[in-house]
Amino acid sequence: MGKTIKEENMGHVSIQALSKSYTEKRRRARSVNGNGSYERGEQMLVLDEINLEFANGEMVCILGPSGCGKSTLVRILAGFEQGTSGRVFIDGKEVCGPSSEHVFVFQYSGLLPWLTVWGNVCLGVRKMKEKEKMAERVQQNIDIVGLTGFEHLYPHQLSGGMQRRAELARALVVNPDILFMDEPFAGLDFLTRVNLREEIINMHILIKKTIIFITHDIDEALVMGDRLVVFSDRPAKVKLALPLDFSHPRDFAKTPALSDLRKEIYSVLGVHYAL
Amino acid sequence: MIVERAKRILVPLLVFVGAGFLWELCYLLSGWRIEVFPDPLRVAASMWELIANGTLLQHTVASLFRVTVGFYLAVLLGIPLGMILGWWKGGQMAFNSLIQFLRPISPLAWIPLTMLWFGIGDKPAIFLIFLSSFFPLIVSTVVAVNRINSTYLRVAANFNLSKVETFTKIIFPATLPTLLPALRIGVGIAWLVVVAAEMIAVKSGLGYLILDSRNALRIDFVMDAMAVIGVIGIGLDRMISQLNKIEAVFGEDH
Repeated sequence: MGKTIKEENMGHVSIQALSKSYTEKRRRARSVNGNGSYERGEQMLVLDEINLEFANGEMVCILGPSGCGKSTLVRILAGFEQGTSGRVFIDGKEVCGPSSEHVFVFQYSGLLPWLTVWGNVCLGVRKMKEKEKMAERVQQNIDIVGLTGFEHLYPHQLSGGMQRRAELARALVVNPDILFMDEPFAGLDFLTRVNLREEIINMHILIKKTIIFITHDIDEALVMGDRLVVFSDRPAKVKLALPLDFSHPRDFAKTPALSDLRKEIYSVLGVHYAL
Repeated sequence: MIVERAKRILVPLLVFVGAGFLWELCYLLSGWRIEVFPDPLRVAASMWELIANGTLLQHTVASLFRVTVGFYLAVLLGIPLGMILGWWKGGQMAFNSLIQFLRPISPLAWIPLTMLWFGIGDKPAIFLIFLSSFFPLIVSTVVAVNRINSTYLRVAANFNLSKVETFTKIIFPATLPTLLPALRIGVGIAWLVVVAAEMIAVKSGLGYLILDSRNALRIDFVMDAMAVIGVIGIGLDRMISQLNKIEAVFGEDH
């Protein structure tokens, strides 16, 4: 079904002058790092005129201080929320709602706890007519993320890392054009995190899908991304957007340019000494 | 383990026995006639009398039947309606005030209307029991749906689940385990109300037994009925708690 045509222009993201503001509901909001507090009913700007363009198949790492609006941005890209002004296009089409072409991997587990791993992964392909093909595809994706043998366990029976893998399989099974990952490693221990990091890099090299990866870990972003976007504190503005032309696996010690960049980003984010 | 389990049964049992002694003591100190203030032995003896002639069983079955029918009706209507209202914000906005208005009206206040509409027999009693547990159930279900983790609804939207699918695959399973407390409260209220409902319009059931025994000045029979109500109350609560096992499937993080 015109797969080749689709492959040529899939996963291209264009964000044009996107802004988002919320109406403050609390009587007195906490002060945002000296940016002033907002009175109730006041408009609180979260995203300020974001202009960005991501190419097909790019792994884009979005970096920024916590609470800066990174998550809001991906929620808008995924169609869960709308921007206040500006537009978002994916493959030339304006985003107006969620779609299984652009799958979201949630910050904390988005697996449905009443379904097994198998049931969760089936979610995206439940409409497939040929059940045998469906089962094959589900199994294939469970194998890809290394959960073979765990198909019939419930999410709470899995470790944190396995839950993320299961969610990844659920996302991959629909063969989406774009994967949104909103701090998918939050709450995982360091080793699991590094392992998953590596696996996602390998998976990305293999499947070449656009991945928009939100993180607040600078090293993670530098190790994983093809492109790096650094956001300022709220309201989020693009402080830095640059391609990362380094081959994998990346090593800070062996690549001076990479460690220089790391220093620069720390400094952009306001850290000067604690390295 | 076995010692621990034996303790769990024995200690509450001892408390019961203690309460019995206290009761006996009160009786002895009060100086009232046994017809006015029966002591535990008298109550036990008359209990045996009621069991032996089958009266107690007959009344208990009648009460349980009414509670079961009334409560099932309330569950079958209240939970789906609550789920729909919880999900459909417009409906919630529109109907919430009406439900909140009807809810605090005691089922007992409905007695005159019920008798007028349904006459005598099982129907008015069942209707009252239905009313008593319907409103708590619908309100708790709405709350349960409102508390569904929004991530699950986003997952539904992300995988293009239709409205019906969202309802059957997300809302229903996500609310089910959190409904347990609502069911417990509902069955508890139903059991409370059945006694009152049976004091009107019917000639059977534990409520009727109480009323009839009072009229016959058999206070010991009144106390028998009260004791049975208490025991069955515990039983019903335990039964609903068994549903906990469904919840176990979903794990603690739910």
